[in-house]
Amino acid sequence: MSVTAQDTGSAGRQIPDRLKSPMQRFLGSWELLLLGVAVAVFILNSFASPYFLDPWNLSDATFNFTEKAMIAFAMALLIISGEIDLSVASIIALASTAMGFAVQMGADTPMLILIGLGVGLACGAFNGALVTGLGLPSIVVTIGTMSLFRGISYIVLGDKAYTGYPSDFAFFGQGYVWWVISFEFLLFALVAIVFAVILHRTNFGRAVYVIGNNPVGALFSGIRVTRVKFALFLLTGLMSGVAAICLTSRLGATRPSIAFGWELEVVTMVVLGGVSILGGSGSIPGVVIAAFVMGMVTFGFGLLNVPGIVMSIFIGLLLIGVIALPRIARRILAKRKA
Amino acid sequence: MILSFLKSREAILAGAILVLVVAIASRFPAFVTPANLANVFNDTAPLIILALGQMVVILTRCIDLSVAANLALTGMVVAMLNTAMPGLPVPLILLLAVSLGALMGLLNGLLVWRLDIPPIVVTLGTMTIYRGIIFVISGGEWINAHEMSDAFKAFPREVVFGLPVLSWIAIVVVLGFVVLIGRTPLGRAFFAVGGNPHAAVYTGINVGQTQCAAYVISGALAGLTGYLWVARYAVAYVDIAGGFELEVVAACVIGGISIAGGVGSVGGALLGALFLGIVKNALPVINISPFWQLAISGSAIIIAVAFNATSSRTKGRVILKKAEHAA
Amino acid sequence: MVMLANTQGSADVHPQTGEAVSPILSLKGVSKSFPGVKALSEVSLELFPGEVTALVGENGAGKSTIVKVLTGIYQPDAGEISIAGTSVTFPTAQDAGRAGVTAIHQETVLFDDLSVAENIFIGHAPKTKFGLIDHKTMVNKAKALLDRIGARIDPAVTLRDLGIANKHLVAIARALSIDANIVIMDEPTASLSHKEIEETYELVERLKAEGKAILFISHKFDEIFRIADRYTVFRDGQMVGAGRISEVSEQELVKLMVGRSVDQVFPKRSPQLGKEVLKVVGYSHPTEFEDIGFSLRAGEILGFYGLVGAGRSEFMQALFGITKPSKGAIRIDDQVAVIRDPNQAIGHGIVYVPEDRGKQGAIKGLPIFQNVSLPSLKETSRKGFLRLAEEFKLARDYTRRLDLRAAALDQDIGELSGGNQQKVVIAKWLATKPRVIILDEPTKGIDIGSKAAVHEFMAELAAEGLAVIMVSSEIPEILGMSDRVIVMREGRIAAEYEGDELTPEHLVRAAAGITEVRS
Repeated sequence: MSVTAQDTGSAGRQIPDRLKSPMQRFLGSWELLLLGVAVAVFILNSFASPYFLDPWNLSDATFNFTEKAMIAFAMALLIISGEIDLSVASIIALASTAMGFAVQMGADTPMLILIGLGVGLACGAFNGALVTGLGLPSIVVTIGTMSLFRGISYIVLGDKAYTGYPSDFAFFGQGYVWWVISFEFLLFALVAIVFAVILHRTNFGRAVYVIGNNPVGALFSGIRVTRVKFALFLLTGLMSGVAAICLTSRLGATRPSIAFGWELEVVTMVVLGGVSILGGSGSIPGVVIAAFVMGMVTFGFGLLNVPGIVMSIFIGLLLIGVIALPRIARRILAKRKA
Repeated sequence: MILSFLKSREAILAGAILVLVVAIASRFPAFVTPANLANVFNDTAPLIILALGQMVVILTRCIDLSVAANLALTGMVVAMLNTAMPGLPVPLILLLAVSLGALMGLLNGLLVWRLDIPPIVVTLGTMTIYRGIIFVISGGEWINAHEMSDAFKAFPREVVFGLPVLSWIAIVVVLGFVVLIGRTPLGRAFFAVGGNPHAAVYTGINVGQTQCAAYVISGALAGLTGYLWVARYAVAYVDIAGGFELEVVAACVIGGISIAGGVGSVGGALLGALFLGIVKNALPVINISPFWQLAISGSAIIIAVAFNATSSRTKGRVILKKAEHAA
Repeated sequence: MVMLANTQGSADVHPQTGEAVSPILSLKGVSKSFPGVKALSEVSLELFPGEVTALVGENGAGKSTIVKVLTGIYQPDAGEISIAGTSVTFPTAQDAGRAGVTAIHQETVLFDDLSVAENIFIGHAPKTKFGLIDHKTMVNKAKALLDRIGARIDPAVTLRDLGIANKHLVAIARALSIDANIVIMDEPTASLSHKEIEETYELVERLKAEGKAILFISHKFDEIFRIADRYTVFRDGQMVGAGRISEVSEQELVKLMVGRSVDQVFPKRSPQLGKEVLKVVGYSHPTEFEDIGFSLRAGEILGFYGLVGAGRSEFMQALFGITKPSKGAIRIDDQVAVIRDPNQAIGHGIVYVPEDRGKQGAIKGLPIFQNVSLPSLKETSRKGFLRLAEEFKLARDYTRRLDLRAAALDQDIGELSGGNQQKVVIAKWLATKPRVIILDEPTKGIDIGSKAAVHEFMAELAAEGLAVIMVSSEIPEILGMSDRVIVMREGRIAAEYEGDELTPEHLVRAAAGITEVRS
């Protein structure tokens, strides 16, 4: 029972900082695997259709994912923290409707931007207040607000549509900044960098991981858990507002069914990007690559005249597959060991 | 007994529905004629059936977002079968629809049970997959009334003892659930698994298996509703019942079924569905655009879940009071 | 000292009738290990029909593990369980039930939203000839069972509507409903009022009269001496004594429980007490604790002893700002301090190493260095941006001081042993350079080597002038480390001891609320 001195006397043992170098880590990562998939899809597409490698076609293809991906970055943070927001597509509908309404009232483009972002923030604040203030499960709350937000659009618009956006408003969804680089693509790239810095390089990002791994432990370590979660809902609302501006500008019209079903594609993008649906892990680079993969697959199918709904089978399979396959593989490995 | 009923969620909801109906009737008496009420019930029958299936899934701490897609796929399959083989008797079609639906539910259940994938991910995924398959098998074509056999279309609308068969099926399903939930070990296991999974293990209940059983039931009812829906509206296409899964979840949440599992009742699910059905049918009567429907169900979900959460907030432990008793 | 002398034979003599009885249940050489901990080490236990055997031991002695082994929740690594002389195994909870073993648990493991009758009969409800649950029979049978134990509870009401005492009765009725011969009662009176406790005793008598063998787990000596016929003492996962209760005194039992495991070496200290750092006055909480007051000086180690549920952790968490007190004040360095959340506590230099290391302490899934730097991010970062090099430096410094064993600092903390996880958690709080460190059960469930390291370190901290509060349920640890001990009972301070008054007997008595000496 007694403890001898040498057990405790050798204090000062040096522990190395890292077991594996960052390069070694990268070689075994989900992101690298995903990058491989992206390259494979790219090569397959270029063989499958002669039109694929045209720079303007490729540029067009980016619109398949830029708006969704911008929401996906914020959603990634939210899911890493252990929450979810299924109302994002409905926030787009509501923000777009508000902008369309403002146009009828004679608002100019800067005003429209403010309204789009403001509605997004307000919706995010509403979700955040219900989840953090009343302690309600985010999945039910956002299923509710998903109906509510889009429902308001339906009340306002019914089966009509808002059009007549000012001509300079078209820039956000249709403008190009340099050669084939669209404004949206540039914005997507900037947002990706900003979110990567927030998540991977700031105290706030660290708090997101801590909360996702252990919310009670986070509280016991002095992290203001509800404040961080509220901020994440705000951020997701804001990015939905940004996406609403781009999408509305690109379509030049608002119908209440705008962006219908996008929440699913956004969540799929996040999960495909390696973010654990149970929270606690994931990275922005992963989501970026996942966005490219999904965009290129959609584009490739489009070139092959495969209808969009068939795409959704693929997305559904992808969503379940990326979670199921590693689990099945682990189980088989464990059996072999035993 | 009576007092505890009056304080229950079901009583509050029943009261709310009564107030709603009386308010509508005071302005539009035609709404409360027996014939119209029967109509409203018949119209709500699919929602009632699906809400009961969803209820057992939610009781076990899961969720099934694939019910509407399951309904649509089964509906399309039986409609296509009917077009190809008009002679197929209705009982066989019913059996097929239920089995196909149950099979899709089983797939959900196995993914949740065997692979431990979060229920929301599984059913979001299968929801899109099932919808996509409808497009693949139908080529995006509609199947219209004239392509379906008369027997196929007539079954749910057949009037027996003053009510259409569709209504009778909903009534039978409700009664079946009263028995299933109240009188069978499986029914009690749903509550045990959702209410206290840890304790369920102590009493020898397999949690995953019970959740899988819930999915099979939910799927089978979606399949059944698939046939009834397609036959009643005499049309089948990719998007039928699009977004209906949210209305089903809404009915459950409004009916006081806790998303955290273990709490709920057949009466609650029934009343939740009826509430939405009455609102939906009353809107045109009171001259409000049906476009209000979505926002109303959304608000109802939020209010119901907030209400349930605040009323069931647990009180702290009470060591001190105990100590005072002892002293 | 009482040893296992009279239980080694498998036959014994009934106290009243004088007939030879043999045990209905016996365990021989049962062992059970978990990663890093040996929970049970070759224990034996015998239960006799119509007799109550009290199982006593400190927290962590292996009592709850043995209950789980007996009810089929855990499978023992080695050893034999036999019932009425035949060897049995319990692969699942249902198998244990079928063999006639049932447990009434500490925290009633029942279903709040089912009715009383359903709770009693879940898993084995009476059925009609159609295979449906026969409600009428079930309710009647439930009523009969409840009557049998003298409980006036309507079997049709929902369990949620019952108080804790009645829930216990339902659990007991459930135990009887499966016609068990062996009933395990895990601290059945822990949260009951005086009257309810009396009723529980009557019930135990009734069960005895029916010939049930009862394993009665309790911390309360008065009740053990009142209702038990035999005793078995566990300590550190081993059976250290058993016999007839009539042949043992309270002192002897306490000695067995506490043991001379005080032969663990505790660091020698010569406390240099500085000035008062922390003063707590009249701290109260609506439900958890009341009127807690004490003062703490730099360099002092203050122990908090008490039974589980005495409100020690709840008080410490209020001191750390997790929960809010209803009354009371804190002074730090003679300045009034208001603590409403952990951030403010950390700001005032009060840190808390929680008891539930897995849930509240370690952030599993994150690497060691990020765990260490977590509360110090303000210092290691610049303008909200992380500086990994600073985090690594901090982690290196503090993990070296604690002699952490790990492969690398970027290893997931979840991969470490319990003892090393605890070292990381302590390192994380030391890195904030606190004035007062609260350690809640700091060595619970960790191996003996890490235990010693933690003790050594605690002494060092105190020597450096840190004020240390240690909550512990282990008497040797409390005695070996503390300069002064506060005993809590039922949310209040029951006693305070220092110097020569610091004896195991004093602590156990104060914690259990025993006033007069019994022998």
